[in-house]
Amino acid sequence: MEIVMSVAIGLLFMAAVYLMLSKSLIRIIIGTGLLSHGAHLLLLTMGGLGGTAPPVVADGVSAAEYADPLPQALILTAIVISFAVTSFFLVLAYRAYQELGTDNMELLRGTEDYE
Amino acid sequence: MSLVFLIFIPILAALFIPLLFKRLGQIHTGWFVLLVPAALFLYYATRLPSVMEGGTYVSELSWIPSLDIAFVAYLDGLSLLFTLLITGIGALVVLYSIFYLDKHREQLHNFYVYLLIFMSAMLGVVQSDHLITLYLFWELTSISSFLLIAYWYTRDRSRFGALKSMMITVFGGLMMLGGFVLLSIMGGTYSIRELIAQAPELAQHDFFIWALVLVLLGAFTKSAQFPFYIWLPDAMEAPTPVSAYLHSATMVKAGIYLVARLTPVFALSEVWMWLVAGVGLFTMVWASFFALKQTDLKGILAFSTVSQLGLIMSLLGVAAAAYHVEGAADTYLKYAAFAAIFHLINHATFKGSLFMIAGIVDHETGTRDIRKLGGLMSLMPVSFTVALIGSLSMAGLPPFNGFLSKEMFLTAMLSLQEFNMFSMDVWWVLFPIIAWVGSVFTFIYSLYFVFHTFAGKHQPEQLPKQAHEAPIGMLISPVFLAALVVMIFFIPNLIGDWLVKPAVAAIQPFLYDSPQNVDIHVSAWHGFNTELFMTLGIFAIGGLMFWTLRKWQHLYDLYPDAISLNRLYDEMMLLSGGGANRFSRIYMTGFIRSYLVYMFSFMTFIVLLTLFLNEAFQIDFSNLAPIGVYEIVILLALVGATLTILGSKSRLTAIIALGAVGYSIALLFVIFRAPDLALTQLVIETISVALFLLAFYHLPQISRKEERMKFRFGNALVALAVGVTMTLVALSAHSQKALPSISEFYKETVYSEAGGGNIVNVILVDYRGFDTLFEIAVLGIAGIGIITMIRLRLTKKEGQHENK
Repeated sequence: MEIVMSVAIGLLFMAAVYLMLSKSLIRIIIGTGLLSHGAHLLLLTMGGLGGTAPPVVADGVSAAEYADPLPQALILTAIVISFAVTSFFLVLAYRAYQELGTDNMELLRGTEDYE
Repeated sequence: MSLVFLIFIPILAALFIPLLFKRLGQIHTGWFVLLVPAALFLYYATRLPSVMEGGTYVSELSWIPSLDIAFVAYLDGLSLLFTLLITGIGALVVLYSIFYLDKHREQLHNFYVYLLIFMSAMLGVVQSDHLITLYLFWELTSISSFLLIAYWYTRDRSRFGALKSMMITVFGGLMMLGGFVLLSIMGGTYSIRELIAQAPELAQHDFFIWALVLVLLGAFTKSAQFPFYIWLPDAMEAPTPVSAYLHSATMVKAGIYLVARLTPVFALSEVWMWLVAGVGLFTMVWASFFALKQTDLKGILAFSTVSQLGLIMSLLGVAAAAYHVEGAADTYLKYAAFAAIFHLINHATFKGSLFMIAGIVDHETGTRDIRKLGGLMSLMPVSFTVALIGSLSMAGLPPFNGFLSKEMFLTAMLSLQEFNMFSMDVWWVLFPIIAWVGSVFTFIYSLYFVFHTFAGKHQPEQLPKQAHEAPIGMLISPVFLAALVVMIFFIPNLIGDWLVKPAVAAIQPFLYDSPQNVDIHVSAWHGFNTELFMTLGIFAIGGLMFWTLRKWQHLYDLYPDAISLNRLYDEMMLLSGGGANRFSRIYMTGFIRSYLVYMFSFMTFIVLLTLFLNEAFQIDFSNLAPIGVYEIVILLALVGATLTILGSKSRLTAIIALGAVGYSIALLFVIFRAPDLALTQLVIETISVALFLLAFYHLPQISRKEERMKFRFGNALVALAVGVTMTLVALSAHSQKALPSISEFYKETVYSEAGGGNIVNVILVDYRGFDTLFEIAVLGIAGIGIITMIRLRLTKKEGQHENK
C-alpha cells in the first residue's frame, strides 16, 4: 500500500507544481492546496500505514497495534495552517483582482526600473 | 587595572556622550571627551620606565574560547609608542576640536561617539597580540573612519570620500585577514609573539609568500601606499580635527605598525624587503611630486602625508634587510629602523600642527584654496609661526626635528651599499637617488604650503570671510606641537632612549635583546659626509625650483586625467555596480514563475543528489500494509479529481475537483485509522470550498474569459521532476528508520503521564503544546492579514493626497 500511496503523492505534487507554474493566480492557489494535500499524505505514509486500531487508548489493545499517532498530530497542525494560508491567498487574489483588474501573473509583474 | 579593559574605555565612554550632549548642551561635549585620552595618556606614560628597560605587559580576556579567540593586550616598546601617540595626539585633537566645531550648529554627539570608537579600535590594533582580534579592531578603524569622513553627510563629496576610503581599506583588510589565516595555518597559532618565535620554520612553508603579499596589501591600503593612496586625498572632506588625527597621525600609521610588528616574521624574505622598501620609496617620490599639483591646503597635506608614510615604509624595508647581514648592529644599516620610528614621531608632531593650521586658515578665512590665499602673515602671526616651524621641519631644515630624521633617512638609504644580497649590489644606488629626488620635492611643497598661504599679496576680495587670528583655544594644540618640533631637535637622545629604542628593539629582535643594546646616538652634526652634501643639494635645488615654481607649475596640467588612478577607481565602481545590476537582472525577472522554477529545480537537484551520494534510496518490501479495495477506489477518485483540475476549462470545475481531492483524503484518513484527521479535514475542506466559491462569486468577470491551460513542456518537466523526487523520498522515508520513533514513548506514557486517552490530542495539547500555541498564532496572523487586506484601498480617490 505504501508504494501505491507514494506514487499517488508524487502525482499530487506533480499536479500541484504544474499548477503553481501557471499564469493564473486562482490556479496557483489551487496548486498550493494540492501541494498541502500531498504533504499531508506524505507525512502519513512516512510513518507507515500499519496499525489496526486508531490511536485512542482502549482496553485490550497493545501499543504495537495503534496507528502511529505522531504523523497524525503533525498533519492535524498542517491542515489548520494550510487552511490559514489558503484563505489568506484567496483574499489576496480577490483583493488584487478588485484593485488591479486581473489575475494574470505576467500582468501583475512589478515595474521597478533602475538605471 | 587590566590592560585589556583599558582598550575599551573610550568605547564605553562613548555610551554617555549622547546623554551629555542632550542634558548638558551648554557645555561643549568635547570637554568631557577630553578627559578620556588625557587620562589614558597619563596612565600609559607610567608604564614607560619599565618598558624602556625592555619590560612587557600582557593581559588577556577570553572571548570565544572554543575557537581560541581572545583579546590579548600586549604592551612592548612598539605598541606603547603607538598607544602614547594615539592618546596624546588624541587629547590635543579633541582640545582643538572644541574650538573648531560649534556646539550649537554641529552634531557633536555623533562626532565624539565616532571619535571614541576610533580611539578604542586604534588602541586595539596596536595592542592586540591575537591576529583575529587585531583584524577586528583594524576593520573597526575603517568603519569609524568612514563615519567620520561622512560626518557632514549632506555633502556629496563627503559621502564619496567616505565610501572610497571604506572600499579600499576594507578590501585591504579582507586580504590581510586571508594572510592572517594563512599565518595561523602555518604556525598553528594566532599569537604574533608565538609566530615570531617560529619565523625560520614559517619561511620554509609554501603559504609563506602568499601570507606575506596578503598582509602587505592590508598594510599598503591602510597606510595609503601607491597605488592605493587615492582614498586619502578624498578623505580630506572630513572635519580637520579628524584629518589631523586619523588621516595623518594615527590610522594611516596602522599599516606602518603592522609592517613593523611583523618584520621579525617576514624579514627573512627577499620579497618583503623589496616590496616594502620599493613601494614605500616610490610612493614617497610619486606623492611628493603630485603634492605640488594640489591647490587645496589639505590636499597638499594629504599628498605630503602619503609621501611621508612612504618614506617611513621604505625605512622599514631597509630595516628588514638588516636581518641578512652578519653583525648588522655595527653597520650603518642599524639606522633604518631607528630612523623609521623617529620620523614617525616627528611626522606626528609637525604634520599634526600643519593640519591644525590648515583648519585654522579654513575656519578664519572661509577657504582652503591656496590660489586665493596669501599675505596672511601679518594678520595671523601665531598661525604663521607654527606653520613655518612645521613646514621647515617637514622640509628637513635645522633646528627642527625633521632635519634629524631626514638626515638619518639618507644615511639609511646610503647604508644599502653595505648590503650585497638580493641583487642589491647593482641596484642599491637607485635608493638614495630616488630618496634624494623625493626629498627635493618635499622641500618645495613644504615651502609652497607655508609661503603661498602666508606670504605674498593679501587678496581680501577673494576670501569669503574677513581674515583674523584664531581664538586662543584653537591655537593651544598647534603651538604645543610646534614647541615639540623644536624641543625634539635639542633633546633627540632623550626621545630616542625613552620612545624610539624600545620600539626598535621590538622591530628587530634578531639584532637586539633589549632596548639598551640599541647603540645609536643622534646628533645634529656629523661632519662633512655624503648625507650633508645631499642635504645641501636638496636645499639648493629645491630652493631654486621653488623660486621658479610659478613658471613650471602649469606643467602639471599636461598630466591627463583619463589615465589617473582616481579614474580607474571610478570606472571600477561603475563597472562593478552596473555589472552586478545586469547580472541580477538576468535571473531576477519579476515573474513568480521563474522564482518557483529556481526553487523547485534546486530542491529536486539537492534532494536527488543527496539520495544518490549517500545511497539512501531503498525500498523495503517486507513491512508493507496490505492493499485494500476501498483504498484503491478512493485513490482512483483522488487521481481522477486531480486530472480534472489540470484539464478543466472552467475554474469552477477546478474548484469543485479540488474539493473532491480534499474529501478523498478525508476518506483515506478514515481508512488509515485517523479519525481526528478525517473530522478536521472534512470541516476544513467544506469551509475552503465555500471560501473559494465565495471569492469566485465576487469575480464574475474572470469566468467569462476562461480558457484551458496551454500545455507547457518546461513546466511539465519541472513538475515531473518534483513528483518523482517526492515519490522517491516517500519510499525511502518509509523504508528505513535510522532511529526508533518517539511515537512509542507517546503510546506508552499517554495515560500514565498525561492522563489522556486520545494520543493525537494529547500530543497536540500536552507533549507539543507550544507547537499548537504557535499554530494558533499563525491562524491569528493570517486573520489579521486578511482583515487588513480587505480594508486596504490602494486606488485613491481624486483630490485625496494623503502625503501633502
